[in-house]
Amino acid sequence: MEYDGGDIMKEAGILSKEEIEKVTPPLDRAEKGPVAVIECLEKIPCDACGWACPFDAIIKERITVPPKIDYDKCTGCGQCVLVCPGLAIFLIELDGEKAKVTVPYEFLPEPRVGQEVVALDRRGLPVTKAKVLKVMRSKDKTLAVTIEVPRELFMEVRGIRI
Amino acid sequence: MLVPLNRRITSHPILEFPREKSVAFMFEGKRIEAYEGESIAAALYASGLKTFTRSYKRNRPRGWFCGIGKCSSCLMTVNGIPNVRTCIVPVKEGLNVRRQKQGLGTLPSSLYENPEVEKFDVELAVIGGGPAGLSAAITAKRLGCSTLVIDENFKAGGQLIKQTHKFFGSKENYAGVRGIDIAKILLKDLNELGGNWLLSSTVAADYIEGGKHVLIVPSLVEPKIRVIKAETVVVGTGARENMLIFPNNDLPGVYGAGGVQTLMNVFGIKPGERALVVGAGNVGLIIAYQLIQAGTSVEAIVEAMPRIGGYFVHAAKVRRLGVPIYLRHSIKRAIGKESVEAAEIVQLDENWNPVEGTERRIEVDTIVLAVGLTPASEIPAQAGCKLTYVPELGGQVAIHDPDLKTTIPGMYVAGDSSGIEEATTAMLEGRIAGADAALSLGYKPDEAERLKEKAKRDISEFRESPFGERPRKGKEKVWSMMEAIS
Ligand SMILES: Cc1cc2nc3c(=O)[nH]c(=O)nc-3n(C[C@H](O)[C@H](O)[C@H](O)COP(=O)(O)OP(=O)(O)OC[C@H]3O[C@@H](n4cnc5c(N)ncnc54)[C@H](O)[C@@H]3O)c2cc1C
Ligand code: SF4
Ligand code: SF4
Repeated sequence: MEYDGGDIMKEAGILSKEEIEKVTPPLDRAEKGPVAVIECLEKIPCDACGWACPFDAIIKERITVPPKIDYDKCTGCGQCVLVCPGLAIFLIELDGEKAKVTVPYEFLPEPRVGQEVVALDRRGLPVTKAKVLKVMRSKDKTLAVTIEVPRELFMEVRGIRI
Repeated sequence: MLVPLNRRITSHPILEFPREKSVAFMFEGKRIEAYEGESIAAALYASGLKTFTRSYKRNRPRGWFCGIGKCSSCLMTVNGIPNVRTCIVPVKEGLNVRRQKQGLGTLPSSLYENPEVEKFDVELAVIGGGPAGLSAAITAKRLGCSTLVIDENFKAGGQLIKQTHKFFGSKENYAGVRGIDIAKILLKDLNELGGNWLLSSTVAADYIEGGKHVLIVPSLVEPKIRVIKAETVVVGTGARENMLIFPNNDLPGVYGAGGVQTLMNVFGIKPGERALVVGAGNVGLIIAYQLIQAGTSVEAIVEAMPRIGGYFVHAAKVRRLGVPIYLRHSIKRAIGKESVEAAEIVQLDENWNPVEGTERRIEVDTIVLAVGLTPASEIPAQAGCKLTYVPELGGQVAIHDPDLKTTIPGMYVAGDSSGIEEATTAMLEGRIAGADAALSLGYKPDEAERLKEKAKRDISEFRESPFGERPRKGKEKVWSMMEAIS
């Protein structure tokens, strides 16, 4: 028998279509420059993003209430991407036919600027090849890797493989 | 048989393994090269040994399992001393290590004749140097109380020293900081305050004499027994890993989650090439992520429940790495003769019964069980605390009040040993217990009260999350039992 756990099993740990819509920033904002996408919708006890943001763009009403973001305050600096223990924050930027997506990364080998990597979706499946544009690094070794992908993949691509 | 092999990890995205000084010891007549800071069992594993001992009746192989001195899979004879828990005893130049016939050691009477006995007093003795114990000691010491932290491991920090991931929580409780770094902060705080330490020492018993606690503490590395008189005691002994019943669950290659974390994150030793993780709670999800960081591929996570038990964000991390999570699935059996060669997983129906025909073989050499923890309540039980079984807290715990006081005067429990929860709540409970212990001895009452109340507020806010509901219910149960007793 072909092994197939059924929908819920395949989708466990992946945002639904509606949830993706909910976390998508306004496109006109994303056209202007990088902006954070927070894929953290559950009531977990965490407020790391709230105090990590130097621009007070992330609001944590209570430690157990999911974060809200003020897209106008967000500068796309990426601090939250480097700090979030859930590795649940990404940056996106729309630029004509292209999009830039920034993902957290904690594996070896480290990506280099200019290198071609495989861009992965939320299931870890390869969706396209992509060029590394930028690598940011936290003091405690989390990387935030910015890659260039076709525009339509800006809410699909969430990981890389080297 | 010892295969010439080196399982040591040389590069890791988060950790560094300095391995500055090499040490050699003898294992069954063979010279084993190791590094200072490794345990005997870790060094043997690194050199390719999988079978550490054998079961008494059926001579079945047993290997690395818990890695924290809480199972019996690594007992060997070291320098003539039988039943040494080799996973928590450090390597030393020239040790002579052998396995025991059918797992049984023989007591050499002469070695035990005159162990040195050292006696001293302390105001607060903390049993266990994990986040709970360290926080208790820091708080009490800050308030002026003399403290001693006793841990049977030779590295302090409890489970924190293997948590390479960043923690959730609030800023003042180190949200966004890796567990390994939280351990460093706590150890630094305690050292700066001048708190005392005793490592490689097991608290074997606690009894009351003249209104004081007397702890019997044998050393694991020298023939010495300490007899420590304490006004107050905080028990922060953590937890034991749960086992799951399936054929061949005792094969080397089946590990507890903490055991596999100890191997790869404390000692930098790769557990295997391909792994199956059983359990999709936070621990299982984190383990899967960390295995991949250590260079082991994770073939699947199976979870018997129809939903993921851990945080969505943890699940999303491993899904992005292409790891499938099979809900309503479990492991049917491990396959292999001397160690794991494969696993068979199976789908479960609504009544948790295996669905025939859905079995599938997964080629793995590593099976990680992340199926929960049980509070380590041995010391409170032996000391005579009233215990109770609370499913929400993971098992038997000493009945305690919101100050973490047990039914025995002067004895507190905190952290996982008072109910399975997590590291942030363990720290907060440690603070409450430490503050209350200092308060009971008359140290800075106003400040002690303030610290205690603050930690209590934080902990109740923390438990507001849906994930905190279970432990909160469990705690409420034991608090009301305590009220009924007193
Ligand atoms: C795989 C795994 C992943 C986890 N991930 C997270 C996470 O991401 N976030 C989180 O918040 N929590 C996490 N936890 C849980 C967290 O680690 C524990 O809740 C926390 O460490 C409990 O702290 P503690 O101080 O009670 O016990 P521990 O940290 O277990 O410390 C107990 C100490 O007591 C010592 N000891 C025990 N008995 C004796 C004795 N008789 N004499 C002397 N010493 C003794 C032990 O050697 C040990 O050092 C995880 C746990 C595991 C197993
Ligand atoms: S990207 Fe920078 S400004 Fe935007 S939310 Fe994150 S930390 Fe704040
Ligand atoms: S830091 Fe990350 S995991 Fe924590 S609340 Fe913010 S988005 Fe969620």
